[in-house]
Amino acid sequence: MGKITGFLEYERLEEPHEDSHARKQHYREFTLHLSDADAGVQGARCMDCGIPFCMQGCPVNNVIPDFNDLVYRQDWQRAIETLHSTNNFPEFTGRVCPAPCEEACVLRINEDPVGIKSIEHAIIDKAWEAGWVKPQPAAHKTGKKVAIVGSGPAGLACAQQLARAGHSVTVFEKNDRIGGLLRYGIPDFKLEKRVIDRRLEQMRAEGVEFRAGVWVGKAHPGKGVPDDATQTLAPETLLAEYDAVVLSGGAEVPRDLPIPGRELDGVHFAMEFLPLQNKRVAGDSGVPELWAKGKHVVVIGGGDTGSDCVGTSNRHGAASVTNFELFPMPPDVERNPVWPYWPTRLRTSSSHEEGVERDWSVSTKALVGEGGKVKKLKAVRLDWKDGKPAEVAGSEFEIPADLVLLAMGFISPVQSLLEEFGVRKDSRGNAQADTEGARAYATSAKKVFAAGDMRRGQSLVVWAIREGRQCARAVDEFLMGFSELPR
Amino acid sequence: MAQGLYDPAYEHDGCGVGFVAHIKGKKSHAIVDQGLTILKNLNHRGAVGWDPKLSDGAGLLIQMPDRFLREEMAKRGLALPPAGQYGVGMVFLPRDPASRFACEYEIERAIKDEGQVLLGWRDVPVDNSDLAEPARQLEPVIRQVFIGRGAGVTVTDALERKLYIIRKSSGHAIQALKLEHGKEFYVPSMSARTLCYKGMLLAHQVGEYYLDLKDPRVESALALVHQRFSTNTFPSWDLAHPFRMICHNGEINTVRGNVNWIRARQGAISSPVLADDLGKIWPLIYPGQSDSASFDNALELLVMGGYSIAHAVMMMIPEAWENHALMDPARRAFYEYHAAMMEPWDGPASIAFTDGRQIGATLDRNGLRPSRYIVTDDDLVIMGSECGCLPIPEEKIVKKWRLQPGKMFLVDLEKGRIVDDQELKESLAGARPYAEWIERIRVKLDEVETEKTAPLKSAVPLLDRQQAFAYTQEDLKFQLLPMAQAGEEPTGSMGNDAALAILSKKDKTLYHYFKQLFAQVTNPAIDPIREELVTSLVSFIGPKPNLLGIDEVNPPLRLEVSQPVLDFFEMEKIRHIERYTGGKFRSLELDITYPVAWGKEAIEARLASLCAQAEDAVRGGYSIVVISDRAVDAERVAIPALLALSAIHQHLVAKGLRTSTGLVVETGSAREVHHFALLGGYGAEAVHPYLALETLLAMSGEGGSNAIKNYVKAVGKGLKKVMSKMGISTYMSYTGAQCFEAVGLSRTLVDRYFNGTASKVSGIGILELAEEAIRVHHAAFGDKDPVLAGALDAGGDYAWRVRGEEHAWTPDAIAKLQHAARKNSTQTYKEYAALINDQSRRLLTLRGLFEFRFDQCKPVPIDEVEPAAEIVKRFSTGAMSLGSISTEAHTVLAIAMNRVGGRSNTGEGGEDPRRYAPVKAGESLMSRLGKERVEVDIPLREGDSLKSKIKQVASGRFGVTAEYLASAEMLQIKIAQGAKPGEGGQLPGRKVSEYIAELRYSTPGVELISPPPHHDIYSIEDIAQLIHDLKNANPQAMVSVKLVSEVGVGTVAAGVSKAKSDHVTISGHDGGTGASPWSSIMHAGTPWELGLAETQQTLVLNRLRGRIAVQVDGQMKTGRDVVIGAILGADEFGFATAPLVVEGCIMMRKCHLNTCPVGVATQDPVLRRKFQGKPEHVVNYLFFVAEEARELMAKLGVRRLDELIGRSGLLDTRKGIEHWKAKGLDFSRIFHQPQVPAEVARHHCETQDHGLDKALDNRLLELARPALERREKVTIETPIRNINRTVGTMLSGEIAKRYGHAGLPDETVHVRLAGSAGQSFGAFLARGVWLDLIGDTNDYCGKGLSGGRIAVQPSSKFRGEPMENIITGNVALYGAIEGEAYFRGVAGERFAVRNSGAEAVVEGVGDHGCEYMTGGTVVVLGATGRNFAAGMSGGIAYVLDERGDFAKYCNPAMVTLEPLVAESEQEAKLERALWHKGQSDEAIARRLIERHARLTGSAQAKRVLERWSEFRARFVKVFPIEYRRALGELAAKHKRLAA
Repeated sequence: MGKITGFLEYERLEEPHEDSHARKQHYREFTLHLSDADAGVQGARCMDCGIPFCMQGCPVNNVIPDFNDLVYRQDWQRAIETLHSTNNFPEFTGRVCPAPCEEACVLRINEDPVGIKSIEHAIIDKAWEAGWVKPQPAAHKTGKKVAIVGSGPAGLACAQQLARAGHSVTVFEKNDRIGGLLRYGIPDFKLEKRVIDRRLEQMRAEGVEFRAGVWVGKAHPGKGVPDDATQTLAPETLLAEYDAVVLSGGAEVPRDLPIPGRELDGVHFAMEFLPLQNKRVAGDSGVPELWAKGKHVVVIGGGDTGSDCVGTSNRHGAASVTNFELFPMPPDVERNPVWPYWPTRLRTSSSHEEGVERDWSVSTKALVGEGGKVKKLKAVRLDWKDGKPAEVAGSEFEIPADLVLLAMGFISPVQSLLEEFGVRKDSRGNAQADTEGARAYATSAKKVFAAGDMRRGQSLVVWAIREGRQCARAVDEFLMGFSELPR
Repeated sequence: MAQGLYDPAYEHDGCGVGFVAHIKGKKSHAIVDQGLTILKNLNHRGAVGWDPKLSDGAGLLIQMPDRFLREEMAKRGLALPPAGQYGVGMVFLPRDPASRFACEYEIERAIKDEGQVLLGWRDVPVDNSDLAEPARQLEPVIRQVFIGRGAGVTVTDALERKLYIIRKSSGHAIQALKLEHGKEFYVPSMSARTLCYKGMLLAHQVGEYYLDLKDPRVESALALVHQRFSTNTFPSWDLAHPFRMICHNGEINTVRGNVNWIRARQGAISSPVLADDLGKIWPLIYPGQSDSASFDNALELLVMGGYSIAHAVMMMIPEAWENHALMDPARRAFYEYHAAMMEPWDGPASIAFTDGRQIGATLDRNGLRPSRYIVTDDDLVIMGSECGCLPIPEEKIVKKWRLQPGKMFLVDLEKGRIVDDQELKESLAGARPYAEWIERIRVKLDEVETEKTAPLKSAVPLLDRQQAFAYTQEDLKFQLLPMAQAGEEPTGSMGNDAALAILSKKDKTLYHYFKQLFAQVTNPAIDPIREELVTSLVSFIGPKPNLLGIDEVNPPLRLEVSQPVLDFFEMEKIRHIERYTGGKFRSLELDITYPVAWGKEAIEARLASLCAQAEDAVRGGYSIVVISDRAVDAERVAIPALLALSAIHQHLVAKGLRTSTGLVVETGSAREVHHFALLGGYGAEAVHPYLALETLLAMSGEGGSNAIKNYVKAVGKGLKKVMSKMGISTYMSYTGAQCFEAVGLSRTLVDRYFNGTASKVSGIGILELAEEAIRVHHAAFGDKDPVLAGALDAGGDYAWRVRGEEHAWTPDAIAKLQHAARKNSTQTYKEYAALINDQSRRLLTLRGLFEFRFDQCKPVPIDEVEPAAEIVKRFSTGAMSLGSISTEAHTVLAIAMNRVGGRSNTGEGGEDPRRYAPVKAGESLMSRLGKERVEVDIPLREGDSLKSKIKQVASGRFGVTAEYLASAEMLQIKIAQGAKPGEGGQLPGRKVSEYIAELRYSTPGVELISPPPHHDIYSIEDIAQLIHDLKNANPQAMVSVKLVSEVGVGTVAAGVSKAKSDHVTISGHDGGTGASPWSSIMHAGTPWELGLAETQQTLVLNRLRGRIAVQVDGQMKTGRDVVIGAILGADEFGFATAPLVVEGCIMMRKCHLNTCPVGVATQDPVLRRKFQGKPEHVVNYLFFVAEEARELMAKLGVRRLDELIGRSGLLDTRKGIEHWKAKGLDFSRIFHQPQVPAEVARHHCETQDHGLDKALDNRLLELARPALERREKVTIETPIRNINRTVGTMLSGEIAKRYGHAGLPDETVHVRLAGSAGQSFGAFLARGVWLDLIGDTNDYCGKGLSGGRIAVQPSSKFRGEPMENIITGNVALYGAIEGEAYFRGVAGERFAVRNSGAEAVVEGVGDHGCEYMTGGTVVVLGATGRNFAAGMSGGIAYVLDERGDFAKYCNPAMVTLEPLVAESEQEAKLERALWHKGQSDEAIARRLIERHARLTGSAQAKRVLERWSEFRARFVKVFPIEYRRALGELAAKHKRLAA
C-alpha cells in the first residue's frame, strides 16, 4: 500500500521537462517520464485509501492504488498488467489526460495529489521499453465480423477488446492515417505519433485490420472537419458485410463564430490548422502552407484545443499569441473545492507557459480585414452575473490579428453519417444510446453501436477509451449471447 | 415457546450458589435452616421479572431426611426399609389428573421393569399462598415416590443406579406419550441419598413453600442451595437448581458441542458397570435443556458409570493443564489421559456438587466465578458465591479461603474430613499409571519422523485453482501476505459496509454466510494473549477412548496435534498414517469433488453418498477420514468443504459413530481465520489448507517455509481469538461447538446439514449453494475473461473497488454527504439519501429489501408530525474515544449533539473535566482546552457544551473516576462493539499523547490494553452489580448496556432489563472501529435488523420493554434507516460513521495506523491540523435525517415517533426481488409481533426500580453531611453485611459532584465498619473518604478507586493467620485511578487488574495479579498466583518473594524482574529519570508497608519492617518494559526542551 507515511514524507514531483524556451524550438515531446526511483517515491505517497476516490474519478477506473503500490515496490511488470487491465492505452492518457483522478485523490483535499498521471506515464513507457507490451491474440476466433467506424481512442479501444475476444475487426478511418484525434488533433509535442504507431502494430498483430482514407457514408463531412478520404463506403455495404458496426467517429463539427469578418482569409477553425503541423512532422509533402510565423495570432477559445493552437503557433514563431475566453477567469485555487469532483479552476497548460496573453470574459465582436485578409479583431468585455453575460459599456477594444484560430469546441458528430445509418439522435445531435443495461451502447439501428464522442459529445480521450471498452463488451454480448469482457 | 425471533434455546442463567455441610456428617435441622439463610442472603444475585414476585427459581438439596420420612410414612401405614435401602423420587406431575395418572403409571411400570419395589407415594405439602400468579399457573403437583430395593440389589450404589435407570426410562416413556401436559412432568431428584426441593420460587419462598423444610425432623448434614438469575422471564419449575448432583453458577459456553459429542459417543460407549442398562438412558440429554441441566446429565452418567464424583468433575472441568509448567507430572498425565475421553465443558463455572456422601465444589480453569468458603471450629463448612452469606461469629472461624481456578474442594462426610485439591488430585492421579499409558499410546504428529516426501503437485495451474475457490487479490493482500509476514492476524479499521453474502452480486464462498457468535454479558470473553495459559489448540485426531471405560487396561492409541492447521508434511503423515502407527491407524480419503457436468442437482446425492461412504469407512475400521477437494480441476467442481464436513460430521454423530474416527479436512477453500474457525466449529479436528500454503509458497519464493510457519501461527492465534470470543479456551471443546449463526441460508439447508445453527431469515437452499460453487468454477476455468486469465478477481470486500463488492459508502455517497452538510443543502442531502436508500439495484442490507406498507396507511399532513427538533433529541453519536479520534473530531461531535439536544459519547478513555462547564461568550475550543491541546480551533457559542452526555464504561476503565461518572447523563457499559464483539482493544503507545495519557491516567507513550471482558462482568448477575454500582455513583444518570446483534441478543437484553439497566443499545455487526482484526470486522455479529427485532419481541413478550429504552446503531445513515429502526423497536438511534464522514472522514480505513489524512482518526498534530469539521455541519446532517424521517412518518400516518415503535406491521418484504439469491429470504420472523395484551408497553415509558433507597450510603450521606457541606471531619461507625453492596459509592458521587476529582482532604470522612462487606465495597471511592473495615470483603472491592482509602483487616477475634486467609474477593481495585488500599490478608484472583494509579498493599494474591496494570504501585507481602503482571504496561509491583520462586508465577512478556535495591545503590545504578514517581523503590515500598502496618495492624508488615535490610533483598521489583521505555523517552524529551 505504498508507504504508510509516504504522503507525509515526500512531495509531489513534476515530470522532468525542457524549459519553455528550449522546447519551443521543436515539435518533439518535451516531457520525460519519471525515473524509476522517482516514480517509486511518488507511488509511496499513495495512501491506499479504503475508498480510492481516484478510481471513481478515473473514467476507465484505473486501479490506481494497486499500481501505485507496485511501482513503489518497483514491481513494474505487474504494474503494467494492472494498468492494462482497465486501460488499453495508458501511453495516451499518461500524456494527454487532464487527470480527473488527481482531482479526486484524497490528498487533493488538503495537499498536492499523488502524481498518478506521471506514474501511469512511467509505467507504460517502461513497459514498452522493456518489451512487455506484446500482442495478445485471441485463442479462438468466433467467426464474427465487426466494423468500427472511426479510429480515435474509442474506436481503437473497442477494436482491441473485440479482437481479443476473438472477433474479426476492421477499423475504418477517413483520414490518411489511423488515430483520429490522437493523430491529427493533438500536437506532436504532446503526443509523438510513434506512440500511436507502436500500439497499432500490436493491434495488427492481434488481428485488427485498419483501413485509412475511407469515408463511410455518402455525403462527406463539412468545413472544419479534416477529411483525407480517397474512398467511400456506403453504410448499407458495411451493414451487409459485418455482423456489427460500431460508430466511433467522434464529435467533429466545430462551433463557428458567426460575426462580421468571419469569411476573411486568416480565420480558421483550429482543426484546419493543427493537423497540418502533424503532417509536416510526419514528413508529408504537399502540406498546405498555413503558418503562424511572424503573425499576431489570436486564439478564440480557452480550452485544450485553444491551448494546442497556442503551443503550435509559438513553435511556428508567431509575433504574438493572444487567447480569448468568453467565460470569466476561474478562481486560481490551490485545493479542489468540489472534491472529489472536477473543479472549475484556472488551469495553465504547458503551452500557456510558453508564452501567451490570456484574457477572459471577452466576446469577439468582429474581425476586420485588409484586402480580404484579417488584420484586426474587435472585442468587448463581459460582465458575468448569475451565469449570464452582459457587455460592459465602453469596454470595446481591438487588437491586431493576422491569424485567428477558432477553438470554441465541437458541437456534435457529423450528422449525415448518423442519418445515413438511421441512428436516432439525442437533443444535442449525438447518437442516442444508453451506457447501462441490456441495450448499452446499442443505437436505434439494428446491430449498430455507438461509442465515444459520437455518443456522448466532445470529451476526453480517457472517456473515449472507457466507452470503447464498454461498447466492446456490449457488442460481444450481442454477438455471442454473453461476454466475459470487463466493463 | 419459540415465536418470531424469540427462542428460549438462547436463555442464559447465572446466579448465587452455596452450601453448608457438617464435616463429620452430623445431621441436623440447623443445616437446613442455614441453607435457607444462605439463599436469602444471596437474594440479590437472583432476578425477578416484571412481577416482583416472579422469580427465576431457587432450591435446596439435602441428604435423605430418613427420620422425617420414616415417621411421615409410618403415619400413612408404610414402614420404610432401613436408610440406604430405599430411594425417594421427588416428582413434579401435571395438574391434569389423567396426565398425572399416566406419568405415575409409567414410573411405577419402570420400577417394576427394573425389578425394584414401589413402596408408595406421598403428597408433598406446600403453601402456595405467596406465589406470584405466573408461578402459580405453572405450579405442578408435587409428590414423592418411595422405591424399595429389589432382589439382587445389595448395596446403595446399586440401588442408586437402578433409581437412575428408573428415572431415565420412565422419563423417556412419558416423553414418548407426547401428552399435552407432559412437559410439566419432571423429576428433581430420585435417589437413596439426596432429596431436592426447588421451584419457581424466590429465595425466601423456598422455606415457606415447602412445609417439609420447616419440620425440625428434616435433618441433613449438608444443604446445597441455589438462587437463579435467568435472562428470560418464562422461568419454569424444572429449570431451578439444584439439579440431581449439581448447582452451577456460570455458563457452559461449549454446551452445544458437548451435547453433540455425548450423542456422537453413543455408538462407541460401553460400561462394565451399567452393562445393558446403558441402552436405556439414551437420549441422555434432551434438546432445549439448559446448560446446567445438560452438565448434570453428563456428570450423572459418569458417576453412574463408575467414576467417583470428584473424578467425573475433573474429567468435565479439567484444570488448564496444557500450558501449566508447574503442574505435577502425574496430575498432568491424568488430565492428558482423560482429555481424549471427554472435551472440557468450558465456560465460567462455579459448580457445587454432591452425591449425598461427599459435597464439593470446583471452579473453571480461568477462575471466572467467585466461590468463598469458611471452616468453623465446630466442623461446619460454608461455601458460597459470597462470603458472609451465612453470618458466623469470627471467633468460630478457623479458615477463610476461596476456590481457585480449576481447583476442587471436597468434603467427605463419611470420612469426616476435608480433602483439599492437592490430596484429592494426587490420589486420583496416582490411582493408575496414567503417565506411562500416555507415553505408550500417544503419537504426536509433529514428532513423527518421515522422509519428508514432497507435497503432492497438482497439474492444474495455481491461478485456476485459486479462482476455483473464489480467491481474490484481496485475499492475498489483506490476509495471506500480512499473516505470512508478521505471524499475526491482520488488522483493519472502520466497519463492514459491504453487501451481505446473500445480497451480493459477487459469488461468495459458503463461509461468508456464517457469522461468528460471541460471549456477551452472560459469560465473558477471555484473553487469549494475556491469559494464554488457559488456552490450548491441542487436537486429537481419531477414535476417542470409551468414555465409561473405567476398567481399561489397554487403552487405544491416540494421535495428537499441537494445533489443528496441518502443513504439507503433516498432511502426508496423516495420509500415510498406517506406516507410522504400525497399522493401528488407517486413513481414508473422501473426494468431495464431482463432475461439473452433473450440474447443481447432483450435490444432494453426492452428499448422501459421501455420508454413506464415511459411515462405511468408520465401520470398516478407518480411524481417520480425510475430506478432500484436491481433485478439483476443469471438469470437477468441489462441494464446499464446510458443507461436506458438516454433513459427514452430523451424519456420524447421529449414527453414534463420530468418536470412532477423526475428521481431517483437506481443502483449497480455507485461507482466512474465519474459515478455519468454521471448519473447527463444525467438526474438523484438523485442516490442511493446501492451496493457501501453495499460494504462500508462490508469493514468497525462497522464504516459503518461513511464510508457512508464520501463517500457521497467525491462524492459530486467530483461532484462539475466535474461541476466546465465545469464552472457549480449548480447541477440543470448540470442535463441533457450532458457535455460528447463518445469515441467508435456508432453514431446510441448515436443519439438514448444519442442524442446531440459527438461521433467522432463511435464504438460499442447497441448489443455489451448488450453483454459486459452479459459477465460481466456471469463472475459474472459463477462458474468455481476459482479466481473470492473468489475475485474480479484485475483490473489493476490504477496500472499495469499481466493479468490486458493493459498499454502502461509495465515493459519491461520501462526497454528497459532505457537500450537503457543509453547504446545508437539502437537495444534495436528498441525492445522498437516494444513493443510500435506493437499493433496488445495489442490494446491501436486509432493510434494503423492506418496503413500507403505505397502502395500509392514511397519511397525515407533515406539519402535524412532531418537529425535527424533537426527533433529533433521540439521536446519539457512537462511542468513539478521544484516542481513536482526535480532540477536534471528538469535541465537534459533542458540541453538535449538545446543540441539538442529543447525546454524544465519550467512548472509552475518560474525558477532560475542562469540558464540563457550560461555554461562556467569547470562548473557543482552544481557549477552553488550552492551546497546546488543540490544533484547529473551533469557535464556540455561548451556552454550548463540550461535555459528552454519555460516559462510556468499557473494560479498560480508562479515566472512569467518580467525577467522570457524576458528570454524566447516561453511563454506558460497553459489553460489545459491532466491529469486534468479544474483543478488547489496544491503543498503541504512539497514539498515547501526553493529553490522552492525562485523561486516561496513564503514562504518555505507553500502550494501553483493554481486556476482552469487563473483569467485573463474567455473568448476568455481575452486570446487575455493575449497573447498581454506576447507579450509586450517579443516581440521576441512566445506565445503558451496549450489546451487539447476534442470535439470542433478545434474551440477553431481557436479562439486562431485569438487571435494572435503563437503556440498552443494540449494535449491528457493521459498526466501526479504530482497529480490529479483519475476521471480526467482517464475520462477527449480525445485522441490527435481526438483533433489534429479536430484542423488541423478547422484551415485549416478557413485559420488560416499558422500563428500558432501546437504541439501535450500526451504519445508520438516513431518515429511512431511522424509521425502520423505530418500526423494529428502537426508541433511539446512534450514528457514528456518518457524522464522522460529515466531519471529513473519507473511509480511509487507516485509523489503526494513526495516518488519517483528514485529521479525524489520528493524534498526529500535523495531520490534525487538516481537520475541517464544524459542529454546524453535524447539526445540519442530523436535521436532514430527522426531516427525512418526518416525511416518511407523514406518509405512514404517524405523528409521533413513539407511535411508530414496534409497529412491524408497517413493513413488508419488497415485491419483485430479482436477485437470484435474495429471493429465498423470509422476513416474517423479523416482522412478527408478539401476542400480548394491549396494555403491555411497546416502547420506553416506565422507569426501573433500582432499590437505591435500601443502600447503606443513604445513612453515610446523612451522617457525612458536615463533611459534604462544610468539609468538617466526621467519623461514622456501622456494621456491614454482604447484602450491603457498593458501600461508599453514592457518598463518593456526591463528593465528586461538589468537589470534582480533587475531592475532600484526606480522612475527612472516616467510616469504621465491621462485618463482611458486600460486593463493590468502596467502588469509585472519592478522596477524603476512608473506609476502615474490620472483617472481609467480597468481589470488586475498590473498583475504580478515585482517591479514597480502603483498609481491611480481620477481626481480632478471628483466629486464622491473615497471610493464609482470604480477606478480599476477586478483581479488587479493578480500574483504580488513585487512592490507597490496604488488605491484611490474601486477595482473590486478578488483584489490581487495570490499576492506573492506586497504591495498594496486600499479603498475597491469586492468579493474574496486576494484570493490564498501567500505573500505580502494588506491594505484595505474600505469595502470588500464576500469570502475575500479564499485560502490565505501567506502574510497579514489589513482591516479597520469600519462597524464591516468584519468577515462575510471573508472566514475563511485558515486565522485567529486578531486585529491590537500597536507595544508595539505586542512585548509582539507575538514572533518576527512570525512578518510579521520582522516588527510590526502597522509599516507596517502605512508606507503603509502614502505612499498611499502621492502618491494618499487619504483623507481616511489622516483621518485614523490623528486619528491613534482610527482607528488602527478598523483594522483586516488577518493572514493565514499556514503562521503562516511556520514562526514558519522557526524560529525553524534557532534556531536549530544557536545552
